[in-house]
Amino acid sequence: MDFISTHLLTTILFFPVLAALVIFFLPGDQVKTIRWTALLASLIPLGLTIFLWAQFTQTAGGFQFQETYPWYEAIHSSFHVGVDGLSLTMVLLTTLLTPLAILASFSITDRVKAYMMLFLFLETGMLGVFVAMDLLIFFVFWEIGLVPMYFLINQWGSPKGERELWGGMKVSARNYASLKFLIYTMAGSLGLLLAIQMLGVLFQNYDLAYLYQQWNALSPDTVLMGMSAATVKTVAFWAFVIAFAVKVPVWPFHTWLPDAHTEAPTAGSMLLAGVLLKLGAYGFLRLVLPLYPQQSHDYAGWLAFLATMAIVFGAFAAYGQKDFKRLVAYSSINHMGFVLLGIAAAATAIGTQDATIALNGAVMQMFNHGLSAAGMFFLVGVIYERTHTRNLDDFGGLFPLVPIYGGILIFTSMASLGLPGLNGFVSEFLVVRGSLPLLPVFTAISMLGLLFTGAYILKGIRKVLHGPLNEIWAHGEHRLTEINTREIVVMTPLMVLMLFLGIWPMSLLDVINKAMLMLFSH
Amino acid sequence: MQFPILSLIVFAPLVIAVLMLLYKPERKTEVRVTALAAAIFELVLSGWVYLQVYLNSATPGYQFQEKYSWLPALGISYHVGVDGLSAPLVLLTGIVMFTGVLISWGIDDRPREFFAFLFLLAGGVFGVFVSLDLFMLFFFYEIAVFPMYLLIAIWGWKVTREYAAMKLTLYLFIGSVLALLGGLAMYFTNYQMHGTLTFDMLDLEKAGFSQAFQYLWFLPTFMGFAVLGGIFPFHNWSPDGHVAAPTAVSMFHAGVLMKLGAFAALRVGIMLLPEGAKQWVWLIFGLAMVNVVYGAFIAMIQTDLKYVIGFSSVSHMGLVSLGFATLTREGMTGAGLQMFSHGVMTALFFAAVGMVYDRAHTRQIPELGGMVKPLPFVAIAFIIGGLVSMGMPGFSGFIAEFPIFMGVWQTHWFAAVIASISIVITAAYILLAIRRSFFGDLPPQFEGHIGAISVLDKVALGTLSLIMITLGLFPNLMVPMVSSGVQNVLRLLGGA
Amino acid sequence: MSLNFLAILPEIMILTVGILVLILDPFWKDENRRVYLGWLTAGGLTATLIVALLIGRPAEAALAFGGMIRFDMLGFVFKMLFIFGAAITALFMMDTAKIGGRAEAYLLLLAATIGMSLMASASDLVMLYLAVESTSIPMYVLAGFLLDDKKSTEAGFKYLLFGAMTSAIFLYGLSLVYGFTGTTHFAELAGYFTSPNLISLGLVFLVVVGISFKVSLVPFHFWAPDTYEGAPTPIAGFLSTASKAAGFAVLIRFFLTVFPQVANDWQIILAIVATLTMTLGNLIALGQTNLKRLLAYSSIAHAGYALIGIVANSKLGTTGTIFYLMAYILTNLTAFGVIMAFERVTGSSDIRAFDGLSRRSPYLGLVMLVAFLSLAGMPPFGGFIAKVLVFAGAIESGWYWLVVVGILNSIIGLYYYLTVLKYVYLYRMEGEDEEAHPLPVSRPFVIAIVVLTLGIILIGTLFAPWYGFSNQAALSLF
Repeated sequence: MDFISTHLLTTILFFPVLAALVIFFLPGDQVKTIRWTALLASLIPLGLTIFLWAQFTQTAGGFQFQETYPWYEAIHSSFHVGVDGLSLTMVLLTTLLTPLAILASFSITDRVKAYMMLFLFLETGMLGVFVAMDLLIFFVFWEIGLVPMYFLINQWGSPKGERELWGGMKVSARNYASLKFLIYTMAGSLGLLLAIQMLGVLFQNYDLAYLYQQWNALSPDTVLMGMSAATVKTVAFWAFVIAFAVKVPVWPFHTWLPDAHTEAPTAGSMLLAGVLLKLGAYGFLRLVLPLYPQQSHDYAGWLAFLATMAIVFGAFAAYGQKDFKRLVAYSSINHMGFVLLGIAAAATAIGTQDATIALNGAVMQMFNHGLSAAGMFFLVGVIYERTHTRNLDDFGGLFPLVPIYGGILIFTSMASLGLPGLNGFVSEFLVVRGSLPLLPVFTAISMLGLLFTGAYILKGIRKVLHGPLNEIWAHGEHRLTEINTREIVVMTPLMVLMLFLGIWPMSLLDVINKAMLMLFSH
Repeated sequence: MQFPILSLIVFAPLVIAVLMLLYKPERKTEVRVTALAAAIFELVLSGWVYLQVYLNSATPGYQFQEKYSWLPALGISYHVGVDGLSAPLVLLTGIVMFTGVLISWGIDDRPREFFAFLFLLAGGVFGVFVSLDLFMLFFFYEIAVFPMYLLIAIWGWKVTREYAAMKLTLYLFIGSVLALLGGLAMYFTNYQMHGTLTFDMLDLEKAGFSQAFQYLWFLPTFMGFAVLGGIFPFHNWSPDGHVAAPTAVSMFHAGVLMKLGAFAALRVGIMLLPEGAKQWVWLIFGLAMVNVVYGAFIAMIQTDLKYVIGFSSVSHMGLVSLGFATLTREGMTGAGLQMFSHGVMTALFFAAVGMVYDRAHTRQIPELGGMVKPLPFVAIAFIIGGLVSMGMPGFSGFIAEFPIFMGVWQTHWFAAVIASISIVITAAYILLAIRRSFFGDLPPQFEGHIGAISVLDKVALGTLSLIMITLGLFPNLMVPMVSSGVQNVLRLLGGA
Repeated sequence: MSLNFLAILPEIMILTVGILVLILDPFWKDENRRVYLGWLTAGGLTATLIVALLIGRPAEAALAFGGMIRFDMLGFVFKMLFIFGAAITALFMMDTAKIGGRAEAYLLLLAATIGMSLMASASDLVMLYLAVESTSIPMYVLAGFLLDDKKSTEAGFKYLLFGAMTSAIFLYGLSLVYGFTGTTHFAELAGYFTSPNLISLGLVFLVVVGISFKVSLVPFHFWAPDTYEGAPTPIAGFLSTASKAAGFAVLIRFFLTVFPQVANDWQIILAIVATLTMTLGNLIALGQTNLKRLLAYSSIAHAGYALIGIVANSKLGTTGTIFYLMAYILTNLTAFGVIMAFERVTGSSDIRAFDGLSRRSPYLGLVMLVAFLSLAGMPPFGGFIAKVLVFAGAIESGWYWLVVVGILNSIIGLYYYLTVLKYVYLYRMEGEDEEAHPLPVSRPFVIAIVVLTLGIILIGTLFAPWYGFSNQAALSLF
């Protein structure tokens, strides 16, 4: 026990990998054993995270539970992990969603072993980004998470569908989507990689705390590589921004996301929307703002513009979709736009109360969106598994057939919509409250987008649950069955949290607020 | 006197090669078992050397030195020793030899000769890596080159083997005599300056050749060896050679021999002529850049799986040269690591491709597909290799490439930006190759015709994969010793 | 023992062997016993070799027989080479049809060996000419030994005609030398050629012509391919090795002792000749389809490489040349040995006939591999270190361009040597039934080939003692 309490973070971080290795040695045809092993294995990090949450000293700022091990001494990078309120929230989100996603994947029958292993690897990859306190380690985990996701989409994605490329060549949609996902993200991270290398070369150190201090202490007139430090910083700033913007994703770098989501297996979508997108936003908060306060301030308008575009276009595009899953996918773009808006607003006036409010809202929105997006994708998956279609026009009037499902769908949609009393409202309100005084115009336009959020979500509900009943689903072999217990179990924690955070947001906000104050105290 | 372990490593394969030739040709199994036993023996020895050097990486300089005079009248001595740069390569050779023998178990046409030549090659390679005498280095260098011709020409891919084998041998021979010329020039100039005839590199390091001399002779010496390292525009032999060679030879070829070129270019070119290196570094740097980017682009448009890997080797070996050309601690450390990492990686690639080819009898990517079902183990191994190749963090490729790029940042920052493009391209072609050949539907003609791989094959693939992951996760298992080796190079370059 | 006796001890012993052959010939009339002649010759020569090595080594250079011959390491090392070559040739001859059972063939071989030995140690113009002729005449006869074979007869005649003509030129040159200087002794001659002038240049030229024929330097090489192809193969092997080395012995001694002061003249001439010889030999060898002809051209090329060391006009260069010849003799004899062993069974030396050799006889294939890689200059075989030494000698003296030419030529050489190995290892016989066509190799061949192969590897790996010999030989002139 002593070992675990002193190595709590590393235990959480690497337990999934260990579990994956155990699964590797299980016989491949023992599907049940594999599933339950994976589920149990993913519950342990959750338990540990709750323990971590309990142990976490909310009143103390800064990073806690730090652990440092020598890793790559030649270039002065060490394996340094730790959590503050921001990371803690994200770690909780990850460890929470992973077991749910694994539970949601119990319906997978094809190569279960490899599937479960990839999921557990994915969990470690995501967790690593959130706890890394060394820039190089951050990047390592940042990239490593791509691989399991690529294969999950590529191998377990929806088998149907084709995409025509330029030149008329046809490829299967999941191949197209997975490659696009990977190449976009990798190409996006290239700038990040190069900027990290440059930082490493400059300071011979990758430790974040050290870099925060040294990089900011650098006089703008210092000449680096024949240019002034200010120029270099600006370029590096954009390199960071693009890497994270692709991941968030922010308009106009978002085009990989609808494809990836549409083709990914349900659980893959859950984690993709629930956690992977947060990586990008987390990058903004953890790296961009602290490392480039000046540049963030200077270019906050641009960021806000991108955020607004994401909100508005995301909403419009979502409204225009016929594919249920694409609709939810675009809604993610829309919601993540608010996160960026909050960040942009905060960048204009770091340290002020408005900025802190906006940041709190952004972080909370990250968490909330994690819950609701995961829930929405799961619910789309539930119905897709039964009907093998996602076309909204094929549904209609399903509420009487599947009342429980319908209720859950409506509840989750409402959380996503931002209905007061549920979590989405709190965070979006905070973002808008914080941003309005700082970026009035952009916030105003975003409000317009918020309006359309309501429109597309209601459209989705209407198309699926209400309206004239599509008779196919009522009788015969295509008769729609109700959501089953396992699926309800998946949804329950999500819904409980949505409600809980809607009613008592302070439980989460306290932690976040401390972290934000610490991070941006100057 | 300590136990002459390096000599044992160098000469054991040669002796075994001769012994194997004394078997009767029909006793194929005995030959294979002997080969495997010898390979395990070599692996253990090289692992032990690695471990010892690793544990002593704080002490600079060469370890396990042995020196006997060979031709005292001309100052030729048999002088061996390893440092942090060569010890990983010795281990690499041991690994590739071991896995190469495992993979080649199925060779049925004159296995006796095959393993004998392979071991001759291995002995030559070991010899070069441990040489501290310039003459001895050339001697073993040539020994490593000529068995390649026979191995490729006799056991290679029927379509191109004669052409490729001859091309390879001539390229490498030309390169090596060019370098030899440089070596002789150093030898005599040192004699004129100091009045001692010596080929000992530790003495030649101290010769203090004039600027003009170094300027003149650096290029032939470095480039002569770099031909084997696949440097542009002399890389042409390498993909052809890779493709034509039988699996184990491809593994040796890309895995070890190309390192031989890079290593010798460093040891002789840069370390003995540091001033020349400083003056010519712009050219090496530029050529290496071309290697990196051009190789990646060419690899992307290949349809033959082996050509894809072959050109990717060109690209990756470019990174090695690039690392050298930065003349910085990070860049060279990265290059040293990249040599090891790339060696293991390509060995894995070629092993996997060989297994596919042996069963499907085609390497054309469009004709393949769905190989993951009959050959899951191969697919996983290939994917791991692919990830290393992409420089994915967590694997050895990243550990190696990252410092190289850091080195590049310190010299020409824009080059880092350009070279980084190759990372994305690499990701694209590797993923495409993986997907097209291993996933998708199994073409009907292969249904039921793809037999599973043997346990030996699995051991080979598993060993190689494991090494790359281990190194990727725990770079400290190799980095300190490579750094200590680099320290020595930097000392000669007059740096820190 | 007196100096004079020691100086010609090997020659005396060889003569004794010859007499023994003559005496015993009538007693061994029985067909089965004819091989004893060969054993006798080979054994006698080996005994000569051992005895000479044990007691006949010159302590320091001295003139014997009134200055006719110089008893020094140069001559001694070369003598050992000739005797070794002759012994191996005798082994090869034993199982060769129409020559193995003939006492006169062995006798001629021994006579030629005596001639060569004297060539190597001659230090007087008269002695030199006599030695050259007493080498050449037996060789003419041996080349044309197979009277009922048109090719052999042609080979003998061609050799004779070319030889006679160049002998005449040589003799003319020598007489001019005498005419200008009034002396025939090498050491005294040196005093007359102190500064470069037209006369010395012309003389150099004439002498070069004479010796060029013996070592088949371009443009006096025309006889070689036809003669090698037509002559009995053991004789061709002997011609291309020992006989050539004898020419080099003369070349080295003559130029380094008679013309050291006018080195600049002959260096450039020899450099050009070397370039032509290497290049032409290699280029023509590329197109050959008969292995004997290929070896003929390759041996022309090798004469060019060896010449590089002489051009360097230094201790290291000369050492290199002598070392080169050692390695070359071993290697080329091996190559000819394999071809003979093969030809004896199949009756062909066409390159296509070698298809599948390594499957028919793996060891013969391996020996072929060793020999050809050594010819190509690959370690760990003798050819590598030999090439390195001559190149090193040239670099030391600043002859960079000649080394570059040599390197380019090695590349061409590598190409065709490897091509031959392709036939041996890669291609298969028609019908792919190599097992049905075994290649039995008789005992003398096995002995000879094993000795030679081990020699190639020995000289290529533990080269210090051989270098020592060569160096002592070279030093005896400086």
